[in-house]
Amino acid sequence: MPELLAIENLHAWYGESHILHGIELSVAEGEVITLLGRNGAGRTTTLKAILGMVDKRTGSIRLNGREVIKEPTHKIARIGMLGYCPEERGIFSRLTVDENLALPPTLGDGGMSRDEIYSMFPNLAERRRSTGTQLSGGEQQMLAMARVLRTGARILLLDEITEGLAPVIVQTLGQTIRQMRERGLTIVLVEQNFHFAAPLADRHYIIEHGAVAEVVAAHEAEEKRERINAFLSV
Amino acid sequence: MSLNAILAQTMLGLSQGVFYAMLSLGLAIIFGLLNVINFAHGALYMLGAFVALIGYSYLGPWLGQPDWHMGFWTALVVSPLLVGGLGMLIERFLLRRLYDFDHIYGLLLTFGIALILQGLFANYFNISGTPYPGQPESLSGIVNLGFMYFPKYRLFAILFSIVVCFATWFVIERTSLGAVLRAGVENPKLVEAFGINVPRMVTLTFGFGVALAALAGVLAAPIYSVSPLMGADLIITVFAVVVIGGMGSILGAIVTGLMLGLVQGLTQAVYPPAANTVIFFIMVVVLLIRPAGLFGKVV
Ligand SMILES: Nc1ncnc2c1ncn2[C@@H]1O[C@H](COP(=O)(O)OP(=O)(O)OP(=O)(O)O)[C@@H](O)[C@H]1O
Ligand SMILES: [Mg+2]
Repeated sequence: MPELLAIENLHAWYGESHILHGIELSVAEGEVITLLGRNGAGRTTTLKAILGMVDKRTGSIRLNGREVIKEPTHKIARIGMLGYCPEERGIFSRLTVDENLALPPTLGDGGMSRDEIYSMFPNLAERRRSTGTQLSGGEQQMLAMARVLRTGARILLLDEITEGLAPVIVQTLGQTIRQMRERGLTIVLVEQNFHFAAPLADRHYIIEHGAVAEVVAAHEAEEKRERINAFLSV
Repeated sequence: MSLNAILAQTMLGLSQGVFYAMLSLGLAIIFGLLNVINFAHGALYMLGAFVALIGYSYLGPWLGQPDWHMGFWTALVVSPLLVGGLGMLIERFLLRRLYDFDHIYGLLLTFGIALILQGLFANYFNISGTPYPGQPESLSGIVNLGFMYFPKYRLFAILFSIVVCFATWFVIERTSLGAVLRAGVENPKLVEAFGINVPRMVTLTFGFGVALAALAGVLAAPIYSVSPLMGADLIITVFAVVVIGGMGSILGAIVTGLMLGLVQGLTQAVYPPAANTVIFFIMVVVLLIRPAGLFGKVV
């Protein structure tokens, strides 16, 4: 399998704060990986650094073989065909559901049509004309997911998509991820909910203090459960 | 006061108000995306008028063709393009360097640009103004509105500006192009993460806001004489309009501009000495009661 995303010795800064200290990870096409870790470990920052949304970064980030560490954010998104679902969801409050959905430009073939999306998330279909602020947390999260599925992105960067959601919605999202994996998408899943992430992923990266502390393959996850929990507990 | 007199003052107020509306609209669009209060706006409005004047009265002779004039309609297209293009250069090569610093730097830079432009034109042109002789034949004369005789050109300027303002509003609030802009105002980093070239969008937006000022300048040329300080005089009132309306609302900028023009016109009828100060009086009252402005969001 060709490597779609390869990160070597990635350092990142917010202003003067040095947050990432040499992240290494690599994801092959069609794989699902998770970034696990405690609050403040640097998982969100890793996704942002991939997209060039930090103040400074060094090291190497290759997307489909192409080095992008020096590229501006908007080019990285297109080169890597990245679909980003931010931790704070990033639903635009002045835009309607329809407008939010239509906002990200098409990046590649094979994106879902608007009708497919609305049949996958029927709640959203009912609220097409509502503005972002009128949506519940769960609806916002679904919209943030739906938004990246429309674009035909090849790599999804999903940041804590289950955070604070009811179990039913978490289930729906789990199903969505499985469907995306069947479609051959590559997914980087930042999660706190190991229970949710475990059955979905091929590999888990445990992040601590801005570096990869441990890599756990899916088949080892059960036997290393204790170790993982030790890393995740406060 | 008779109804006719009120209607007449309404028309006069409106013909002033459309200039407030166009200028404050441009300021609001620029402020929304760039967070820069464009102090050069008045100078760029002046520049817009000068492009029309120079094109009509000077360019032909300079090129050795004394009989050639750039007509009003051509100026209406050429001037916003030229001045908007200058605006894009200003954004791309000067303002862009300042986004990482405090907003005050952007303000100081644009203020400096305003002074340079005004100084430059004051050096070559009459401070007290030069009449613009290019008003088209088809718009000269007066029309009977039933309650008053009104200059045809002023009626045209009112209608044209209102159409431009509401077309701008429509594009921003109701189209997918506008949706990108609205999203960019809210969260430019995320919009860029979706693969949209936000820096280019910022440049184009600044150019567009500036082009609106130039368009207003061309429209003003046949009404007021063209002078290096025409923008400096007007922009002070426009800033008061912006304070009253509140930054960041497109419709707010348009409505407040028109409304304050009307208020000014009516004050002129009721108590002429207050006509020039009434807007500032309203500004003070609004600042005391609703500091974010009538349409502004309280942060
Ligand atoms: N904008 C910022 N400016 C300065 N420091 C930041 C900024 N954002 C995050 N940090 C710091 O960077 C570190 C890593 O944060 P990050 O958001 O990547 O954590 P995380 O692993 O996603 O954890 P969680 O989302 O669970 O809190 C934290 O110590 C945080 O305080
Ligand atoms: Mg996080």
